[in-house]
Amino acid sequence: MRRGLAGLLVNVALALGALFTATPLLWMVSASFMPAGQASELPPRLLPNHPTLEHYATLFSRLDLARHLSNSLLIAIGSTLICVALCGMAGYAFAKLEFRGRERIFRLLVLGMLIPAQVGMLPLFLLLKGMGLVNTMAGVMIPMMAPIFGIFMVRQYALGIPRDLLDAARMDGASEGRLFWTIVVPTMRPILATLATFIFLSTWNDFLWPLIVLSDDARYTLPVALANLSGEHVQDTELMMAGAVLTVTPVLLVFLVLQRQYVRGLFLGSVKG
Amino acid sequence: MSAAGARAQAAAGWAFVAPALTLIGVFFFLPVLAGLFLSVTDFDIYAIAAPQVARFVGLANYRHVLVDPVFWKALGNTLFFVLAGGPLSVVVSLGAALLVTSRLARAPALYRSVFFAPVVTTLVAMAVVWRYLYHPRYGLVNHALSFLGLPPVDWLGDPHWAMPAIVLLAVWRRFGYNMLILIAGLQSIPDELYEAAALDGAGWWARLRHVTIPNLAPTLLFVSVMTMIDLFQLFAEPYVMTQGGPLKATTSIVLLMYEEGFRWWRMGHAAAIAFVLFVITLAATMLQLRLQRERDA
Amino acid sequence: MAARGAAEALMRASAAGLLALVAVGLGGCASAVGHGVTLRFWAMGREGEVVQELMRDFERENPGVHVRVQQIPWSAAHEKLLTAFVGDATPDLAQLGNTWMAEFVALRSLERLDPWRERSTLSPASYFDGIWDTNVIDGALFGIPWYVDTRLLFYRRDLFERAGIARMPESWAAWRAALAAVKRRAGKRGYALFLPPNEYEPLLVLALSARSPLLRDQGTRGAFSEPPFRRAFDFYAGLYRDGLAPPLRNNEVANVYQEFARGYFAAYITGPWNLGEFERRLPPELQAAWATAPMPGPDGKASGVSLAGGSSLVVFRGSRHKAEALRVIEFLSRPEQQLRFYRLTGDLPARREAWRDTALTGNPRIRAFGEQLTRTASTPKVPEWELIANRLRDYAEQVVRGGAPADSTLAALDRDVAGILEKRRWLLARRHGEVHAESAR
Repeated sequence: MRRGLAGLLVNVALALGALFTATPLLWMVSASFMPAGQASELPPRLLPNHPTLEHYATLFSRLDLARHLSNSLLIAIGSTLICVALCGMAGYAFAKLEFRGRERIFRLLVLGMLIPAQVGMLPLFLLLKGMGLVNTMAGVMIPMMAPIFGIFMVRQYALGIPRDLLDAARMDGASEGRLFWTIVVPTMRPILATLATFIFLSTWNDFLWPLIVLSDDARYTLPVALANLSGEHVQDTELMMAGAVLTVTPVLLVFLVLQRQYVRGLFLGSVKG
Repeated sequence: MSAAGARAQAAAGWAFVAPALTLIGVFFFLPVLAGLFLSVTDFDIYAIAAPQVARFVGLANYRHVLVDPVFWKALGNTLFFVLAGGPLSVVVSLGAALLVTSRLARAPALYRSVFFAPVVTTLVAMAVVWRYLYHPRYGLVNHALSFLGLPPVDWLGDPHWAMPAIVLLAVWRRFGYNMLILIAGLQSIPDELYEAAALDGAGWWARLRHVTIPNLAPTLLFVSVMTMIDLFQLFAEPYVMTQGGPLKATTSIVLLMYEEGFRWWRMGHAAAIAFVLFVITLAATMLQLRLQRERDA
Repeated sequence: MAARGAAEALMRASAAGLLALVAVGLGGCASAVGHGVTLRFWAMGREGEVVQELMRDFERENPGVHVRVQQIPWSAAHEKLLTAFVGDATPDLAQLGNTWMAEFVALRSLERLDPWRERSTLSPASYFDGIWDTNVIDGALFGIPWYVDTRLLFYRRDLFERAGIARMPESWAAWRAALAAVKRRAGKRGYALFLPPNEYEPLLVLALSARSPLLRDQGTRGAFSEPPFRRAFDFYAGLYRDGLAPPLRNNEVANVYQEFARGYFAAYITGPWNLGEFERRLPPELQAAWATAPMPGPDGKASGVSLAGGSSLVVFRGSRHKAEALRVIEFLSRPEQQLRFYRLTGDLPARREAWRDTALTGNPRIRAFGEQLTRTASTPKVPEWELIANRLRDYAEQVVRGGAPADSTLAALDRDVAGILEKRRWLLARRHGEVHAESAR
């Protein structure tokens, strides 16, 4: 009997929690389909009475959001590929390859993790200007190409790779490179998938850096374009919501699709922290 | 391992870390050092046009920052975000984790996804949505309050309520991520410990206090420290929702830095603010780690 | 042997990375390669949308010149223009809010327009004095006014009439009495004037009317504790203190137009964009009930000075097609183009010739703007001005909403401003020193 009551409480709590969590997202979707002005009604509406796609049409035609979408995709995918390659190699090396100064360098990197990214943001901007990378996609991607956190995460996971596995392959005459590619990478697949998802999400959602680096509105990423929209059409709630849905949807899809990999990778990569 | 083998490994090690280290060195540590340098100059709009008019000013920027009431207000705000938002976020995450891993929960995978959804959303988009939710007349939050018989609150317009409003948004966005980490931690606690406690007659509260929390401690520490560092750097929410207002009530340090550097082009000053933030974050992290070490001892 | 394997892996990864970088970089650098000249023209907001239409005609008149208009939202315009300058990515010409002139001139990013203007058909006499003046920095011309903007009173004529006021008064004393009468009639249900403390423009309008220079000593120190500004500030603070205006910011009032229609407040100091907005958003039965009037002055109508706002067209020094860019400016400055632009955006024309059109003279609400434009003044033309204006707003809000005493707050503002302007003082002193050294030789 007590179990039944406890079960009820647990599930009610979960349902309430889900309601609190999902309501803003659900309202966002609902409002994006409302005709103009309906989202500002009193009392607030939950559902549109005449759902319309006009705001989505406006976004794509008038505001060129398709281009921003593709910019975001390009940057996110580019950053992800580079980061997985670089952090994968470096993380494994810090965990499993002996070389002089390894621990000292790693400690320095960990200290670097404590430095907020903004500290170097202004000089980095000036450096990129000197290199001619301001207002380019490459300039936007640079901070995410080898984030220290990525190396940390991969190393944490790679520590768990059994040494015997590696030594056995070495004794068979495999080169370090071959070893990495044929044995280590498959073993690290969960954490690499995690890293990929994490970097994709971070770059997709990144707002401050693209805002600073990009001055050509054709190159804007989605969050920056959305923020620009936000200042202008303050009264056009429904248009804003459509823009928000558009920005959030791809990312949610990526998460749902990679969910199993992502969640598993998180478990294994961070618990020992 | 043979000497040749050791050499091969070392070479491989260097080759593997070189690309990442190069990028980090050039595009992270170098700018950081440059930032340190900028912070002792008065680099501003005049200097952008003519770098020779930038003057070396020693610690003047730091002094200016430390006597600026706006900086202290921003620091106070940021500390509020950290001290209110941090524990709240961790507690909510823990609660969600406990509920989702409870054996009595139905459809735990569904709930896990729902709770994680806010994490993957674009911050900018969510801040915009929440701005409308917080609308004093048309927002759903005040609408819900009216159902409970409470008067409407001017969430983003009232200096007293603007910060809690931002904190609520920040927690909503972050708790799912920490929840997943805590779930992992919970699932690694051996069942035997719970069984032993149950055999000793411990109820669920006692099991929580004596089995769950102690075994979860390292994970909880990790989550707390990461959350704290993240909240110290809060920027996008105040930037989009309140522009730091009302009356600077939601100006965070990073927002202040952004305005100083990118709106007013007082880059020397902004760099000094960034460094002060680094020192504060470092100090806070060391403090938290030391407190934990003492608690463990 | 092993190192080679590692190097292989490294090469492969670097190659992939490099390829990605190059692809992305190339994609980013793609520029139009074609015949003729392509001009990059940055315009903000609604103006950016509309000017594209006008450019079709320009292109027809000027074959071989293609104008690529890029629209930039106002909220990010300032940062974007400055970032473009630092990143060497400025356009050929741009719309520039005239309050930002000083900044961009200080950056040495704008092209001087005097030589061209003197050879052209444009003359300062065609423009409102105050507006033209905002484009002249240290005696040199850097922009041509495109459209103009100023602030004056929008008010519910019916509510004022019901309170016994037939015409908007012209002196501060009478105006204040009129507002008090309206407030008495509204009682608890409303206020007389909507004066959001987070907008600094109304306070600046009052300060300009009181003939405050806002900054003194060649724009190197604040003049906020001096009598002219004090007079304006006391009047301003008094409006709140006496309950004539609510201390509500403009984002705290749910919908300004609804509240105006409700009579929650009966007057608002705002600009020409609201002409269209009021027409669109107020209910039809109220369309005859609202009117505009020039700002009252402390000593009567002639002292009712307002802000010289609006946008100018500027050419960047980095442009490689300055001649063509100047042609665009000449085109947009023609009275018929100015009128066409007005009809599409509602932005008031800068050319006085355009003001003879019945579209403007036939509308009494717009006539009030025409009158106010003859009495406008520029805010200090120093690059730091926008920061100072923001500080002014913060300090003023402390007094109005926080109850801080005016004396000490304004003194603190002056100290703050002196700090902000320290670099300017230093630079001016240096330049002075150099000139003296020159003349001593």
